[in-house]
Amino acid sequence: MNTSGSTTRRRLLMALPLAGAGAVGVAFWKMLSGMQHGSFNPHDINAPVLDRPVPDFNLPGLPPAEGFGTAELKALTAPVLVNFFASWCIPCVAEMPTLMAFKDQLPIWGVAYKDKPDNAAAFLRHSGNPFARLGNDPQGRAGMDWGLSGVPETFLIGPGGVIRWHTATPLSEDIIRGTILPLAARLKTP
Amino acid sequence: MLSPELGHYALALACVLAAVQGILPLIGAHRRDPRLMALAPGLAIGQLIGLVTAFACLIHAAVTDDFSVQNVAANSAVSKPLLYKITGVWGNHEGSILLWALILGLCGAAVAAFGRNLPSALRARVIAILGLVATGFELFCLTTSDPFARVWPAPMEGQGMNPLLQDPGLAFHPPILYTGYVGFAVPFAFAIAALIEGRVDAAWGRWVRPWAVAAWCFLTCGIAMGSWWSYYVLGWGGYWFWDPVENASLIPWLTGTALIHSAIVVEKREALKIWTVLLAIGTFSFSLSGTFLVRSGILNSVHAFANDPARGIFILGLLGLVIGGSLALFAYRAPSLTAGGLFAPLSREGALVLNNILLCSLCAVVLTGTMYPPFMSLLFDRTISVGKPFFDATTIPLALPLFIFMGFGPMLPWKRAQLWPVLNRLWLAAGLTVVAALVATRQLSGVLPVLCAAAAIWIMVSCATDIATRIQLFRVSLATSLHRLRGLPRAIIGTAIAHTGVAITVLGLAGMSQAQHRIVEVPTGSTQTLAGYEWTLTDVHSEPGPNYTAMVATIEIRRNGQLVTVLRPSKRSFNTQNQTTTDVAIHTNLLSDLYGVLGDSHGTEGHMTYVLRLHYNPLAPWMWLGALVMAFGGALSLSDRRVRVGAPRRAASSVQPASTQGNNA
Repeated sequence: MNTSGSTTRRRLLMALPLAGAGAVGVAFWKMLSGMQHGSFNPHDINAPVLDRPVPDFNLPGLPPAEGFGTAELKALTAPVLVNFFASWCIPCVAEMPTLMAFKDQLPIWGVAYKDKPDNAAAFLRHSGNPFARLGNDPQGRAGMDWGLSGVPETFLIGPGGVIRWHTATPLSEDIIRGTILPLAARLKTP
Repeated sequence: MLSPELGHYALALACVLAAVQGILPLIGAHRRDPRLMALAPGLAIGQLIGLVTAFACLIHAAVTDDFSVQNVAANSAVSKPLLYKITGVWGNHEGSILLWALILGLCGAAVAAFGRNLPSALRARVIAILGLVATGFELFCLTTSDPFARVWPAPMEGQGMNPLLQDPGLAFHPPILYTGYVGFAVPFAFAIAALIEGRVDAAWGRWVRPWAVAAWCFLTCGIAMGSWWSYYVLGWGGYWFWDPVENASLIPWLTGTALIHSAIVVEKREALKIWTVLLAIGTFSFSLSGTFLVRSGILNSVHAFANDPARGIFILGLLGLVIGGSLALFAYRAPSLTAGGLFAPLSREGALVLNNILLCSLCAVVLTGTMYPPFMSLLFDRTISVGKPFFDATTIPLALPLFIFMGFGPMLPWKRAQLWPVLNRLWLAAGLTVVAALVATRQLSGVLPVLCAAAAIWIMVSCATDIATRIQLFRVSLATSLHRLRGLPRAIIGTAIAHTGVAITVLGLAGMSQAQHRIVEVPTGSTQTLAGYEWTLTDVHSEPGPNYTAMVATIEIRRNGQLVTVLRPSKRSFNTQNQTTTDVAIHTNLLSDLYGVLGDSHGTEGHMTYVLRLHYNPLAPWMWLGALVMAFGGALSLSDRRVRVGAPRRAASSVQPASTQGNNA
């Protein structure tokens, strides 16, 4: 209509939605073919974190316990179990006695996820506190960085701060005895 | 009579008719051949008859427990109550796709029936495009999701359906939601037809808007029902979880809301034409993509549907054709559409543009939050979860200005406005908003809830002021005012009501931000205090149901010693599927909900303790009530005389600006 330059610009502008939709379409195509070959599985919560360094985060402690962050985990020389829990989560309540039973065999660091500090503290007074360190994540932001799907979720961190094992189910005695402790023992001996 | 084979045949027939409906009228419109164009309505109705027959056959198979049909065997059982045998038909993937196709067929037939005053070429093209889309979905149904497939040997008993779906709310939620999704196919078809014709004008805006408003009303109700369902069925006390499936319905709602507003500008002022066409394409594209994402399993969600990547690839191809094709046509034709009327930034058009910018930004934010996790996982191989903090931090700052402009946008005159006369009318609203904010600071904790509550009052009072000014309330006698009220176009009253609905929902959200809850593990006879009520667990016993057994708790709620209500939440164990569901008990007085859930039980006979979740949810019912009010406002504007009498002829010079002008002197 006006100059040829503005017409070209107009044409390019009108083609933008198509280009955007095309890019998204290609991405979806890759996801779908990845799902068929098993290389992309959005439902497998384990796959993307295993054998990766822990994400960047730093959590204040829930007094009197000390908090922790990436630096503390990377400085590890022996394996540690990191457990995300909340006082409002029934399976976490159910899991606590199991954690209490094993806290002397493997250090457990806890993260109070989206919990009011008072509630978390009262809960641990009531159930017993298995955590050597206890981070406070009231907004759940660290949980997001860890790719948490819910609570309870537990990660076994090997020396150097690498995620070696992960589950999104409540821990049972069988899982700890059968899987976690043997794995932790192997990680200890280089 | 109604055998599955007949259903299969009827579906195939519908698919063929849809294909013919998609091709012949388009050729006819291109060649200006009236005989070919005249085929469109008949074909659309024929396609609908085929789909209704197919659907009736599937319902018949479900009701008569014909377990030789695989779909029925997998999703039904003899012991299932009759209502759920019927509604269970669309509670699974295959049946819901058939329902989707049926509603699309209904849309085509509706255009055929109600579009008599459309120009014949436009009508032929709209029906043809609906036919093409329907062909794709019916092919999908026939080739990858056949609801009529038989199994041999037929099992004696079906596997039953997911007990969570055995609920009256969910039974009617999908048809309403799908009508909303699929309804946007009609504005989409109008947009494509306009692109083919190379012509968008005021008359087009006037034709397309009622269809968009109707679809929007259904989508609004559908989303509200879904949210209500998750509130009282899932038993988590929450109403919106920013779950991908929820977001997939919210995204087209946001663009659809933008569409029904920008179409007004096309209708009244012939401006924003290209943008409106893009919105019409975008809204339907988002509706389609939402379904695709849910069915293909790319997004993680609590809403279970059997996922199958093979289906995903078919839908992706279908999406590529529909969305890619329409956007390619847009890229090709839209630059040649002529720009429309000019307007000053401060004007009704300006306010509607702002509305569109804010709604589309909201949509972009929700879209980003929803798609970020799978894209991060694909591109950078990182897991990320995006949750409530992200959406709260991004949506509320965009929603608040939207609410503020909603107050005075409808009062601005077209073309060029002056701010002062409008603000001058709103001193009452502004005053009441300040009072509301002050009251809210005492009642609500947190800045955002207070701002939201104040914004809600602002919207309500502004809407009331707008209507009061138009009918000259208190300036002329009451009888004259009432007479003027009756004379007001329903679209204007509908707007005010729909905006008030938004305000009611926002008040509900503000109230819900103050919700309180407790989780306790107690024996019978113990009393808890929450939000000034004493909650006593008096009894837990078991009761048989039609296809489940229930543990029922009795919770007496007292306030200052006086019995308020008795809640009976229960846990149901379903016999066929070895699955339990919680049945929430809710007592509402419309200002707040008392909400009780029975959880697990521990201990031995005589020393049992029970986990109880007790919630106090202030203003909770308002959230859904507001949505109903919004939909009612939309429906009322549909009954406007200008819509009912029918569209104008294409010499669109007679289009009057909105009837507000008289009051702006």
